[in-house]
Amino acid sequence: VIEHFLVGFALILGLALGFLVARRRRGGSDGDAVHHILLPFTGSEISRRAVDAALRLALAEHATLMPAYLARVPKSLPLDCAIPKEADRAMAMLEAIEQRASSQGVPIDARIERGRSYRHALARLLQNEDFDRVVVSATATGTPGLNGDDLVWLLEKAPAEVLILRPGPSDHRVVSVNGHPPAVA
Amino acid sequence: VQSGRYKIFLGMAAGVGKTYRMLQEGHAEADAGRDVAIGYLEPHKREETSAQARGLEVVPRRRVAIREVEVEEMDLAGLLARRPELALIDELAHTNAAGSEHEKRYEDIEEVLAAGIDVFSTVNVQHLESLNDQVAELTGVRVRETVPDSVLGTADEVVLVDLTPEALIARLRAGKVYPGENIQAALDNFFKIENLAALREVSLRQVAEDVESKRLVYSEVEAVGTRREEDKVAADAPKAVGERLLALVRPQPSSQRLVRRAWRSAQRLGTGLDLLWVKPPGQPIEGELEDQVSAVRRLASVLGATFLIEEHDDLVAAVAQVVRERNTTYIMVGESKPVRGWARLRERLPQRLMQATPPGVDVRIVAHRGLKEDEK
Repeated sequence: VIEHFLVGFALILGLALGFLVARRRRGGSDGDAVHHILLPFTGSEISRRAVDAALRLALAEHATLMPAYLARVPKSLPLDCAIPKEADRAMAMLEAIEQRASSQGVPIDARIERGRSYRHALARLLQNEDFDRVVVSATATGTPGLNGDDLVWLLEKAPAEVLILRPGPSDHRVVSVNGHPPAVA
Repeated sequence: VQSGRYKIFLGMAAGVGKTYRMLQEGHAEADAGRDVAIGYLEPHKREETSAQARGLEVVPRRRVAIREVEVEEMDLAGLLARRPELALIDELAHTNAAGSEHEKRYEDIEEVLAAGIDVFSTVNVQHLESLNDQVAELTGVRVRETVPDSVLGTADEVVLVDLTPEALIARLRAGKVYPGENIQAALDNFFKIENLAALREVSLRQVAEDVESKRLVYSEVEAVGTRREEDKVAADAPKAVGERLLALVRPQPSSQRLVRRAWRSAQRLGTGLDLLWVKPPGQPIEGELEDQVSAVRRLASVLGATFLIEEHDDLVAAVAQVVRERNTTYIMVGESKPVRGWARLRERLPQRLMQATPPGVDVRIVAHRGLKEDEK
């Protein structure tokens, strides 16, 4: 009888421990989801080095990468109007970034933010979203985007660590959707 | 007094021949023995238009003084006094000079119609309020004179005066739209093939939607008999071939791929997109969930999609209800996680959706990119 009792007790204890461990694991992954690394970008390409750096950080910290496409809305249009042409470009870029993130197992929570200027869009993003780090590329990609003043502004205003990447002058690798397939590793 | 019949000639841009066509039909009515008069005509110094107007009686314009400048407007009182059977009134989106009876010309037209006079009028698609933003984004040019979409909805007939972009540009180059000195500027700015192609598409779709909405309105009012016999459309008439997409989302990042796919499909089909989240009853929207709902709402706004939240404990029933209300033809759902245990015995969501929704509604499953990794 005592043997049966002990075996039963051990089984119940094992099940209870297993349940607790499983719940803790689930809780752990939920907790990780609150950490976000913001990756703001403009135009139809982004430095591959910046994307990869953001992905490495996200992977190391079990964080969610938040790529954010900044869209300018002309003053002739309401700020909250639909922007299908910009959205089309943003969607393709976000898809390309998600492909790279997915291959490395990094979760993605993408955004498209509108503003009268890129800085204005960035300001709205800072206001609306919670994140722990910002990774931004200082590369001149040939398309108008965030300039030096915008980056200084970001350093002053962002309520998080800011990582500004400046790839070497010969590093022209980009994640792009501009007329050719998205760059992959 | 029975209200007059209202016919609008809609065009994608200046120069497609709306006014010319209106005058042609005016002549045809006059030849058939009707009393036709031009209430207001804006020939824009186009010889063909002016020539087409010859032979039709013109109600003299009225001069209105604005500060020290005199402008000419339609003489509403004069037209009502003249009381033709049919009045031709150009450019219904025009804003009248201060001191006129109404602010806008379409309001003048409403008064003419109320007097029992039939009206033919003209308008370009970018003047419609709901399309103003869309057209401005497509072309980079915003017009200030807008009219409510309901104006088009109240017309008995909307005639699309269509022309290919290439033909319109050829007309422009030949000096048939603007005087010679303005041609190059027009070609450099508004009159580009891509602008005109986009406007043409918007115009065609607008007329198609108008036909569909009228069909539904006629079906609804048939019972009370407020429409004339010839306007009635049988209730069992086949529906217009138009697509509408519905994407079932949850306010969580994994739904973004589904939204992207759905939006791309909607763009290709040239149709509207609805995003639906069926919220469990009583679930509070707060904290992380509130942030995610807000993110979906903002994304929908960027895309021009409609974000719907339905509180229901039965997902399939809620979706079926929305499908009927929104005339959805296409449902997109995300890939479900692998089911285990007793859940295997239950029919899968796509099958249940197809059974619950009207026949002909397609269901498409969008693969979850990260699912395979989760399964490892």
